[in-house]
Amino acid sequence: MTQLDAGPSAGTLLRMATAGSVDDGKSTLVGRLLHDSKSILADQLDAVERVSREKGLGIVDLALLTDGLRAEREQGITIDVAYRYFATAKRTFILADCPGHVQYTRNTVTGSSTADVLVLLVDVRKGVLEQTRRHLAVAALLRVPYIVFAVNKIDLVDFDQATYERVAADFQVVATELGVEHVLSVPVSALLGDNIVDRSEHTPWYTGPSLLELLEDLPPLGDPAGEAFRFPVQLTIRPQAAARDPRHVEYRGYAGQIASGVVRVGDRVRVLPLGRQTTVVGIDTADGELDEAFAPQSVTLRLADEVDITRGELIADADSDLHATQDVEGLVCWLSDRALRPGSKVLFKHTTRTVQGIVRELHGRLDLDTMTPVPADALTLNDIGRVRIRLAAPVVAEDYTTSRRTGAFLLIDPQMGSTLAAGMVRPIPVDPDELEAETLNWSI
Amino acid sequence: MKSTILPGRRLSQLLELESESIHIFREMVSELERPVLLFSGGKDSVVMLHLAAKAFWPAPLPFPVLHVDTGHNFPEVLEYRDAEVERLGLRLIVAKVQDYIDDGRLMERSDGTRNPLQTQPLLDAITDGRFDAVFGGGRRDEEKARAKERVVSLRDEFGQWDPRNQRPELWNLYNPRHRPGEHVRVFPLSNWTELDIWRYIAEERIELPALYYAHWRDVFLRDGMLLAVGEVSQPRSNEPVMTKTVRYRTVGDMSCTGAVESDAYTVEDVLVEVAATRITERGATRADDRMTEAAMEDRKKVGYF
Repeated sequence: MTQLDAGPSAGTLLRMATAGSVDDGKSTLVGRLLHDSKSILADQLDAVERVSREKGLGIVDLALLTDGLRAEREQGITIDVAYRYFATAKRTFILADCPGHVQYTRNTVTGSSTADVLVLLVDVRKGVLEQTRRHLAVAALLRVPYIVFAVNKIDLVDFDQATYERVAADFQVVATELGVEHVLSVPVSALLGDNIVDRSEHTPWYTGPSLLELLEDLPPLGDPAGEAFRFPVQLTIRPQAAARDPRHVEYRGYAGQIASGVVRVGDRVRVLPLGRQTTVVGIDTADGELDEAFAPQSVTLRLADEVDITRGELIADADSDLHATQDVEGLVCWLSDRALRPGSKVLFKHTTRTVQGIVRELHGRLDLDTMTPVPADALTLNDIGRVRIRLAAPVVAEDYTTSRRTGAFLLIDPQMGSTLAAGMVRPIPVDPDELEAETLNWSI
Repeated sequence: MKSTILPGRRLSQLLELESESIHIFREMVSELERPVLLFSGGKDSVVMLHLAAKAFWPAPLPFPVLHVDTGHNFPEVLEYRDAEVERLGLRLIVAKVQDYIDDGRLMERSDGTRNPLQTQPLLDAITDGRFDAVFGGGRRDEEKARAKERVVSLRDEFGQWDPRNQRPELWNLYNPRHRPGEHVRVFPLSNWTELDIWRYIAEERIELPALYYAHWRDVFLRDGMLLAVGEVSQPRSNEPVMTKTVRYRTVGDMSCTGAVESDAYTVEDVLVEVAATRITERGATRADDRMTEAAMEDRKKVGYF
């Protein structure tokens, strides 16, 4: 495939999420991005124009492009996370559009979990609201690498520089409080298209890039060579007699997707939880052998020794300091209507391993308005809390703040099978004083 | 696809999508008992099958493939299907809409299209095969109800999709747990677009049924679409037959799948055409999706693909 562009992000995927409060114009923004990047095709636009006319609207309602369900169109609201796809000459975008009202935490957590960047929208007339803080807090918890603050409806304040700068400065204060590093802001009018794709002539005082330019040029995250190698084993590939090629009857490889880092043929590795050491002798794909592979490639590793490895084990750098544990401490975003109380039995799903667990302790709930922990007897829908879980078998759980892939877990209802919570592993404090100190800062 | 690794150890978008799809296949095969893959010979199912074969290489595909046959097939697509089954040594299950019409379990619709009639044979085949995971080639960019679909999507014992009560899907931790009688639909191509599919077909040199490329065909115009003249799609007296150079962007029930005029004889030509098109593939070629604003959502709720 020939690359269209030689920029550092050329030919790569950017996963973005959008969040905002009700009526901040988020669906309009998404519609505008799709429309102005020419990702809306003529028949889709015709349909939107027709419906806008039937509803008696004076202008084309771009929000209709994104509200996919019948109930959403009827009620004029967005219910569930929707995924959109658009591409420019520079980059391809996967956009998780997260509705801002009911279940906003659930939706923002879902969208943020895979996002490289969160576009957070506010109405310039309302400024930074409690919900803006909450969305930002969730993005900070989920470790979304970049935050773009889109200050919308700038046309409704006559493109006033001072108003924009006040809102952007307020936001920066909140971001700093939450420890969010990479924040960029841009004044936009989603309705009229100012600074969405092209820079607006109505904001001559703004010299930065348009929203789309900014997203196109976001630098890629670091080289995986800077990360520790982590490879959760998905399954063993052993064709035996079923091999279609007789040369593969004896084949045995461990298939998985590299969670972080780089692996090379000849690398010494440890297999956890038991900690046995061995050497990588082959990195296979259906397209041939590789000398080196890196996150997030899906590959199959062959190892030197006849070690008995099964799904759920972790292959890691030989010199990595990893320990398996049956006690896991973590922050959980509670996503279920059923409350969580200490003593609840759950399934703990982490990388490729699922084990039984009991929630032993609930250390409290995070007050997203003040970003401080408060005591709690239970967690209910949309709460974020800190828990200690006892597991039936050891897992190699790493701090989520150092690894999004090996630090993330789900809690699942053992009976119903439903997903109860999104979890992020935090280190277990060594002594009670440390817990106290850390509690002050356990959100970030 | 080694050539598509970029400086600084980053994957090209196609390699990243491929890796994600392979991960999904391996997760589901590990966590579920009896998967099956829906294979129609259409380009999306062909790409899905190609990815599945890669996921388990050098072992053979660890599940059968299922074709829900409308009986309104393009002959070259059936030939292609059978050749692929032979080439890859697959186990093929065919659920025939015609059988249901013959014994009265389903009635032919007044408009003659059979796409909506596929739901019952599909659900019965899932029940009869005791399948708990059904891989489908649906993409979120295809249609606005599909944009709301999860990668792993629960279906109740009636095969129904409840779009308002879906499980949140976090990180790459998929939750396919379900109760007896329920199953999950799995969409490994969720994040692929039509253009990604074609670029991948070009890069991987994947063979497709010939009707995806420009060819001469006798067609007639109905409801703004060019329909092929065939056993199940006969022109009415006011629908003159024309011979045109056409190709298909989607492949389905021959009686309601339209062709587009095209000079794209090769995959490279198709790439240029798809990149420049101003009409969605379903808008251009599927009469059944044009019926109402929520046609796809309504079909999906009762168990359609």
